[in-house]
Amino acid sequence: MSLLHINNLTMRFGGLTAVDAVTETIEPLSLAGLIGPNGAGKTTVFNMITGVYQPTEGEILFDALSIVGSNPHEIANQGIARTFQNIRLFPSLSVFDNVRVGFNNASKTGLFGSILQPGRYWTEEKEIADKIDHLLGMFGLLDNRQELAKNLSYGDQRRVEIVRAMATDPKLLLLDEPAAGMNPTEKVELMNLIRYLRDEFKIAILLIEHDMKVVMGICEKIAVLDHGAKIASGTPEEVKNNPEVIKAYLGESG
Amino acid sequence: MSKKNRSYIYLLVGLVAVVGLSFPLEASVNSYDMRIIINIGISMILAASLNLINGFTGQFSLGHAGFMAIGAYTASALTTLVFGSAEGVTQELLFLVVLLAGGITAAIAGLLIGIPSLRLKGDYLAIVTLGFGEIIRVILQNIEPLGGSLGISGIPRYTTFIWTFGILAVLIFISENLMRSTYGRGFLATRDDEIAAESVGVNTTKYKVIAFVIGAFFAGVAGGLYGHYNSLIRPLDFGFLKSVEIVVMVILGGMGSTWGVLLAAALLTYLPEALRKIDLFGVSLSDFRMTIYSLALILLMIFRPQGLLGNFNPKEFAGRFKKNGQSKKSKPAVS
Ligand SMILES: Nc1ncnc2c1ncn2[C@@H]1O[C@H](COP(=O)(O)OP(=O)(O)O)[C@@H](O)[C@H]1O
Ligand SMILES: [Mg+2]
Repeated sequence: MSLLHINNLTMRFGGLTAVDAVTETIEPLSLAGLIGPNGAGKTTVFNMITGVYQPTEGEILFDALSIVGSNPHEIANQGIARTFQNIRLFPSLSVFDNVRVGFNNASKTGLFGSILQPGRYWTEEKEIADKIDHLLGMFGLLDNRQELAKNLSYGDQRRVEIVRAMATDPKLLLLDEPAAGMNPTEKVELMNLIRYLRDEFKIAILLIEHDMKVVMGICEKIAVLDHGAKIASGTPEEVKNNPEVIKAYLGESG
Repeated sequence: MSKKNRSYIYLLVGLVAVVGLSFPLEASVNSYDMRIIINIGISMILAASLNLINGFTGQFSLGHAGFMAIGAYTASALTTLVFGSAEGVTQELLFLVVLLAGGITAAIAGLLIGIPSLRLKGDYLAIVTLGFGEIIRVILQNIEPLGGSLGISGIPRYTTFIWTFGILAVLIFISENLMRSTYGRGFLATRDDEIAAESVGVNTTKYKVIAFVIGAFFAGVAGGLYGHYNSLIRPLDFGFLKSVEIVVMVILGGMGSTWGVLLAAALLTYLPEALRKIDLFGVSLSDFRMTIYSLALILLMIFRPQGLLGNFNPKEFAGRFKKNGQSKKSKPAVS
């Protein structure tokens, strides 16, 4: 059974059809890519899946349940985590606390537990702190744990965003241009990390990316959007040689 | 001192200090100065409670005086119309009951206002809370059993230094513990970026409502303290300007910085008293209180937009005096 199924998904902003009747399926444990020229509607697809936008038309099924109409936090708690094209960390919180917020929903400490802080509060905090350190270590961010998120380098901020998303223990991770602003070495590291996350945490990952080396290098399946419509999908080889795709990309630069 | 019970030890030390200070103060301070001290304490409770809403969760509320009014009227009416005055232990117990009743009534009002309006973004809340504060005032003016615009008078004077600052200590304990916990991080995340907070499963509406209700509760308690110190409460005491005054304290102190906000509350409450003594061509400077507030805010925005103690991080501050130990960057585990 597929993990995510979107059917005939459409988003209109006034007269503009940003996403036009897109149908796609993501399998558990898969590594998929969503590409297309600027303004093709890729981020809008993420925003609909995560409940930030309500689709104008169409269905979204996650684990066979419809999530259209759910709040973003409900969708997150069902197992869809994401990063943002324009990084959205909590700037005034430390790296550690940014990630800690991702554990909020899993935490059993309620309001009175937070205020009175009984013994089991500290036990739980310790468990969560260990998990956070484990995740931060995985991404080489352990030394930055007490730094304010806003003071980190661009590449580090992108990585903290991924760690924060992983803290919610997702089944599906959506990455919006994770390699943007990274240098070639960082990009190679990122590719390895993405594969590692999928294998280690047994999740599916869908990523939007402009860097073709990254996309072609790690994705098993790629869907291409142009002007909101899906114009192709398939393996990297199939997509690369699809005349429609070549036309869409040439059209952008020409 | 272990981390686990540190906050309890601070609370205990705070309470002991309050009780310890109360005796020499009661003995040596005249009633005029005592009034200023109590007013400072009440301002501090109001400011710290609004800080939970404005500072921690970033929701701009302009109706804090409305919650204070609800607490003041509930507590004072219970004392004057239901319980009558009492003495000794009975008095202290009754006072606790009426203060809690005032706080709970204000908290319920906070819940009723908060649930619909906190779903909306930004400015809506400011407008709704502003309207709420005014509506409360107008309603109180028209309830004859509560004295109409003349208010309630003859409220027994139960409020003491110990009550005021003891409650403040409890509020600081709650604020600081919340801030370091799951909930506090949820508040701050909501303030920093609602979309990002939702994306990691934080129910931002719930967090905002909780902060709002706790803030309203303590504003209500502060109202009860105010009524039982002044002996007289009138709807006019809880007008829009009072709400603005509390907002100014929070902004001046630095949104989200409990200690900064307390400092600002003390300064802004003491200021009019100090100004009262300064006489300029036959006009007391305290008549210019609002002008001076505005001026202080403008200067602050120019020179210290983060507030007096905003962004003040004790650990970072202490770290500046330590040797520059440059830590090595750890290698990623997977590369
Ligand atoms: N909230 C919005 N309101 C109006 N138009 C929007 C909004 N969000 C996106 N769009 C428009 O939808 C189109 C697709 O945008 P987007 O999904 O961000 O593209 P991509 O991520 O593929 O670059 C663009 O034309 C963009 O201007
Ligand atoms: Mg985009």
